[in-house]
Amino acid sequence: MGSTLFRKVWDLHTVRRLPTGQTQLLIGLHLVHEVTSPQAFDMLRLRGQRVAFPDRTFATVDHIIPTDGQPRPFADGMAEQMLTALERNCREFGIPLFGLESGDQGIVHVIGPELGLTQPGMTIACGDSHTSTHGAFGAVAFGIGTSQVRDVLASQCLAMDPLKVRRISVGGALAPGVYAKDVILAIIRTLGVQGGAGFAYEYAGPVVGRMTMDERMTLCNMSIEGGARAGYVNPDDTTVAYLRARRFAPAGDAFERAAAWWRSLASDPDAAYDDEIDVDAGALGPMVTWGTNPGQSVGVGERLPAPADAAGAEREALADALAYMGLEGGGPIAGTRVDVAFIGSCTNGRLSDLQEAASVVRGRRIATHVRGLVVPGSKRVRDAAEREGLHEVFREAGFEWRQAGCSMCLAMNPDRLEGREVCASSSNRNFKGRQGSPAGRTLLMSPAMVAAAAVAGEVTDVRPLLPGPEGE
Amino acid sequence: MTITGRAVVLRGDDIDTDRIMPARFLRSVSFDGLEAHVFEDDRRACASTGARHPFDAESSAGASVLLVNGNFGCGSSREHAPQALARWGITAIVGESFAEIFFSNASALGVPCVSVRSEDVQALMARVERDPAAAVSVDLERMAVQSGPIDAACAMPAAARSAFLAGTWDATALLTADFGTVRAAAARLPYIAGFPPARG
Repeated sequence: MGSTLFRKVWDLHTVRRLPTGQTQLLIGLHLVHEVTSPQAFDMLRLRGQRVAFPDRTFATVDHIIPTDGQPRPFADGMAEQMLTALERNCREFGIPLFGLESGDQGIVHVIGPELGLTQPGMTIACGDSHTSTHGAFGAVAFGIGTSQVRDVLASQCLAMDPLKVRRISVGGALAPGVYAKDVILAIIRTLGVQGGAGFAYEYAGPVVGRMTMDERMTLCNMSIEGGARAGYVNPDDTTVAYLRARRFAPAGDAFERAAAWWRSLASDPDAAYDDEIDVDAGALGPMVTWGTNPGQSVGVGERLPAPADAAGAEREALADALAYMGLEGGGPIAGTRVDVAFIGSCTNGRLSDLQEAASVVRGRRIATHVRGLVVPGSKRVRDAAEREGLHEVFREAGFEWRQAGCSMCLAMNPDRLEGREVCASSSNRNFKGRQGSPAGRTLLMSPAMVAAAAVAGEVTDVRPLLPGPEGE
Repeated sequence: MTITGRAVVLRGDDIDTDRIMPARFLRSVSFDGLEAHVFEDDRRACASTGARHPFDAESSAGASVLLVNGNFGCGSSREHAPQALARWGITAIVGESFAEIFFSNASALGVPCVSVRSEDVQALMARVERDPAAAVSVDLERMAVQSGPIDAACAMPAAARSAFLAGTWDATALLTADFGTVRAAAARLPYIAGFPPARG
């Protein structure tokens, strides 16, 4: 019987079995940002400990930074204090920091891959739940809290139990206007927001095999929204081609040896899984969330569920979500008026996301009542987009073109919703109050769908707006 | 190890860490003072309709056990959420199920999260809502949650339980105990060794 990638990587990184029965798991790459690390560094100081492997630890700043101008000190004193603390901690503990002036700053889950830090076969941890993103490369990557950040800083290890593995095979072919975002929203709708508890998700099948690395990252990014702490895709030609010549990837002959090792880690054809499911993506249309968790979504042409059709606790949850969102059970999602359009985040803030959105707004104007924000996932993404003139496309359409950061995904910087505003958002969470206003409302969708909603001023099917033979 | 105290009943599935601790309160370099903001947006929303959030009920003052439903603590990995609950005074959480990262974070703070069957959660919640002064006990040796006539079996992953019983939930000491083995394990990894050519 063969083995899964998860099991191979887990075994390679097992240091020993702890007296509690857990595995002491070596972490090959530790990514650090300003929000979940300062307390961990303080705990190290208090205990007189050093960072065990500063050369396997990399930091950047993403959550709190302003995106509309970044002269230091920041106007926001607390943001300034948090970045200053990160700079001091990195200096004192010898950790490389991709800061604002480096040209490499960005959302931690965007820059790890684009710098080639993220590689197949690694274990990767970061004090952020969307660390699952890095699984797109065939790494075992998961989010941790601050006490575990302290553990990894001090020991480069975590105490963990292994996860089970569920293989999700995505078949069919994606129709134009349907993206990885729609696939993962559909998977979470099917399996539920808790369906992945105890599992790592292995995404496989022809649709995933054809996906670019950007698309695989979108898929793995939202594993945590399905309750799975990790998600991954087996490394293949696409993975190897992406990594070639990246700054922190091996070079020369070592790259060829690395590529051979990476491929050897893919799940064996006869690997045993704890669970396997098939998803047919051929019939999938653009998805939109209507509720207050990422499992509450419908196809853009579908109607919303009605509380009357459910029973018990589910009925109450439906009614509560609809009431918060101000939506009518049984009604359509298309036509829902939006106030804000947000394109960005670790889910959908990469170059291909901006290209897809730009192709929809090119030559069009966003509705006069819509505030549109494009926030690239990293400085490098921003620079690459500007080389293609995408910033001009967005600006001419009426969008604001911002600096890189997490921005309105979670509104720890000044980018936030006001009052009960409705936001068409390419981010990952539609929780109550997520985008900075306690009464704000979020509709998750693909970047192209956000662009379409911005132009129409309401939720609308992007497909008629696409360029090329399928559209006008 | 047994934790006994009065309980707060917080109904609802899928309560995410953004609700427990809204992101604006993460704008800090310490966890100090987070307890003042636990469930702040929900508490304000309740107050604006004239209702009272469970964390604002007079009977909740001094309570130490939190009763919840399913998938509690889903979403963001922010440890600020269990930190806030612990600093508020919660020392054990009883529910149908917990999101994994939340469970790990709470465990690392010494706050056990134990799972009980749905009907037992309902019974415990009903009892505490009827009698807010009722004591609830979480016994990690017997793996049971007890309150008055209710004596419900509870569950927790074996490793987490043994860490609580042994008092080793702060894993740093365990993980740094044998650093030579860690170094040796790292040196064996091709990507740390620099993908050297195969020997021979």
